[in-house]
Amino acid sequence: MTEITHTMTRYLLSLLLCLFAVPAFAALDPALVRQLADEDSDIKIAAIQQFGASADPEAGRLLKAMADDELLVGDDTVFRFDGEQARDAASGALIEPVPEAYESITVNNRIRAALSNALAALKLFDADRGVRLTAAKELQSNAGLEVAPILARAMDKESDSEIQALLRQAHALANLGNPDAAARLAAVDVLSDSASAATRGLLLPLLETANEPDATVRAAAAQAVKEIESRLAIGETLAKMFTGISLGSILLLAALGLAITYGVMGVINMAHGELLMVGAYATFFVQTLFRAWLPDYLDWYLLAAVPVAFFAAALVGMLLERTVIRRLYGRPLETLLATWGLSLVLIQAARVLFGAQNVEVANPVWMSGGVEIMAGLVLPWNRIVIVGFTLFVLALMWVLMQKTRLGLFVRAVTQNRPMAGCVGVPTGRVDTLAFGLGAGIAGLGGVALSQITNVGPDMGQGYIVDSFLVVVLGGVGQLAGAVWAALGLGIVTKFLEGWWGAVIAKIVVLVIVIIFIQKRPQGLFALKGRFVEN
Amino acid sequence: MRTPFIIRFLNATPRAGWIALGVFAALTLVVMPALHLLLPESSPFHVSTYVITLSGKIMCYAIVAVAMDLIWGYAGILSLGHGLFFALGGYAFGMYLMREIGTDGSYQSHLPDFMVFLDWKELPWYWAGSDSMLWAILLVLTVPALVAYIFGYFAFRSRIKGVYFSIITQAMTFAAMLFFFRNETGFGGNNGFTDFKRILGHDITSPEMRATLFALSALALMLTLLAGRYLVTSKFGRVLTAIRDAESRVMFIGYNPLHYKLFIWTFSAMLCAIAGALYVPQVGIINPGEMSPANSIEIAIWVAVGGRGTLIGPVIGAGLVNLFKSYFTVAFPEYWLFFLGALFVGVTLWLPEGVTGLWKRLKARRTA
Repeated sequence: MTEITHTMTRYLLSLLLCLFAVPAFAALDPALVRQLADEDSDIKIAAIQQFGASADPEAGRLLKAMADDELLVGDDTVFRFDGEQARDAASGALIEPVPEAYESITVNNRIRAALSNALAALKLFDADRGVRLTAAKELQSNAGLEVAPILARAMDKESDSEIQALLRQAHALANLGNPDAAARLAAVDVLSDSASAATRGLLLPLLETANEPDATVRAAAAQAVKEIESRLAIGETLAKMFTGISLGSILLLAALGLAITYGVMGVINMAHGELLMVGAYATFFVQTLFRAWLPDYLDWYLLAAVPVAFFAAALVGMLLERTVIRRLYGRPLETLLATWGLSLVLIQAARVLFGAQNVEVANPVWMSGGVEIMAGLVLPWNRIVIVGFTLFVLALMWVLMQKTRLGLFVRAVTQNRPMAGCVGVPTGRVDTLAFGLGAGIAGLGGVALSQITNVGPDMGQGYIVDSFLVVVLGGVGQLAGAVWAALGLGIVTKFLEGWWGAVIAKIVVLVIVIIFIQKRPQGLFALKGRFVEN
Repeated sequence: MRTPFIIRFLNATPRAGWIALGVFAALTLVVMPALHLLLPESSPFHVSTYVITLSGKIMCYAIVAVAMDLIWGYAGILSLGHGLFFALGGYAFGMYLMREIGTDGSYQSHLPDFMVFLDWKELPWYWAGSDSMLWAILLVLTVPALVAYIFGYFAFRSRIKGVYFSIITQAMTFAAMLFFFRNETGFGGNNGFTDFKRILGHDITSPEMRATLFALSALALMLTLLAGRYLVTSKFGRVLTAIRDAESRVMFIGYNPLHYKLFIWTFSAMLCAIAGALYVPQVGIINPGEMSPANSIEIAIWVAVGGRGTLIGPVIGAGLVNLFKSYFTVAFPEYWLFFLGALFVGVTLWLPEGVTGLWKRLKARRTA
């Protein structure tokens, strides 16, 4: 009863005021505006909610001003400054003289929450789709019962299906506090389709009798929580799988070159990590060139960097093979030491040429951001691009090894060197080219690494142990084995990281690999037949 | 009747070897400490603290090199994880040194500073007994050896050899380094142990203590050489070299290579641990960086430079490389890695038998 009389009086009052005031433009209800400056927070909030439901852009501006502490009260008038002049907040009329004493309207936390809800509700009716979408998202977590009618109204008007779905969700959230049990049940039903941890958090209190008197609603809420949890678990698992695959593809890129030089040719190349570094620095070099000469195409420097890095690393690799490694074929331990020495020289050369500090290699714009696959599962573009790039490199390598004359020669030489030489394969040159190919692919790995880690002289060192593990785990001489080993290592590492943290995960993976190698020294995919013992 | 052990032991080293050892003993146990302690700094014959510390350090490295040579030169197994055993020995003794600081740390607590920093209230269980020197020595002798034994048992049992073995030992020391980098592991994380104050109540930086540590390192090196000499000339050593050269044949004759490899591997790890324990009080710091794969592989180059398969070679190699290192890193810090890298390449390409091999070849040419 009092509610009604209150509204009535307010209505009459506003009518009266309207008669007296001369509005300059589309005006707001002055009584309601005055209420914003009331001492009592509840009355303020009531007014804010009314404004929020009004769908009036002018109300939006007013509430925005209030949220920014720009709404002032003095001489019993609510006003704000428009440059030097003071204007009445309701009518927009100039106030002269400016009141002597004034203060901004106090906004405490409760009021601020109400304000942001009301502002979001107002935005639901904006003409711009983007604004509506943001507003609908904003209301996902903290919609109170008071916005429910607004949301219902917005749902009726909304034509966009994505926003519609968000609004439905927000509406259901708002209705969780509805005194009517049927409304709550409907709300819980809608929410059970959600996949967000926040919704789960809001539903959890409903499981207790103290918060939820109705047994059917409780049961429905329990069911909904269970559904959401299983969906969350799936999302989380998928996210981990993806980061695992992306780590695996990085490992694979780092190890693929090694799979040729070590796996196929049997050369222990401890300088392999430094060939990755050469690729990464080549990327940096191309980026610098683009900055200086082609700033308009800077976003595409990465595409140009791919061949440059390949040939730079391949060149360094062939040089190493011709000068040092060639003399050590068949002496694996000596090769190991000599190539370690080469890696030291390369690291120091990078330090002298480019400085000991890390250099900055920027992500192109088209690689930033990500795609949202489902709620809580966002795949970053740079990771997706790297997975795609790995597939490209794999395909390239497969074609080179299986479909070209060089590939045929490489396979022939590794299977039976004297026989290949007898039928006219220039074995020495094939060795150099095969090593160059492995090195070039390491260079491609360097391009990918430059996009996700720091580029510095020491960057290769961290990958050498991992790369060898991939090759050894996959089985020497097996390109397919390397793929499975890299993906497996990546995914296992990411899951372990989720449980125990990064360092312990790394250690556990190393221990697992060590144990695994003891059990199956030939790797996942053992070679069969007469090559086994050599 | 079998020759008594002591006779066999004495006969293992030739007369020239005993004479050289005697000279070395006189120099390191008497002359150098005396010149360091008794002469004033102004005297031209005074041996400075720098020389004492540097040569003490190099002798520790030489022990590691001999240990490496026993496993690589004589058994043909290239370990890239020997830095781990060295560091473990250092950490085991470092725990005692940390406890000897007592309440003189920055936080005046009876706990080591880093534990106070982590807000730990008491010592973790594995620090029990670390205030006793005897316990510390026991740890130095047993823990790295145990780690090596377990690792070696599984590796050699599955007949992992060659490059595979090298790579998994590298992975082993890498994993251990990551583990010790964690603060929660309880060994000071990144910073490791440092700021040692005393040993058995005596100031660790005093000239007397430095001379003592120096002499102990020399003694340990000499004992290592004698033991090594005895081992490689014994029947055991012959089987070991046979395994290196033709493992399958040795097996067909009826030997089980597992025990031979396992013994020399564990013994080698133990020597590294002793060297590490002597090294830490002399340089005053131990941190997980000592376990980095780069450190372990550097040990291999000392041995390669000196000459594999000889016992004096690794000592010469460790001495040469580290003298160069301490000179280069001060004089031309930019070029040290170039030099070290070139050394790796050059030695493997042109000096497969190291400096001692070169010496032998020159001598052979002169007599021919």
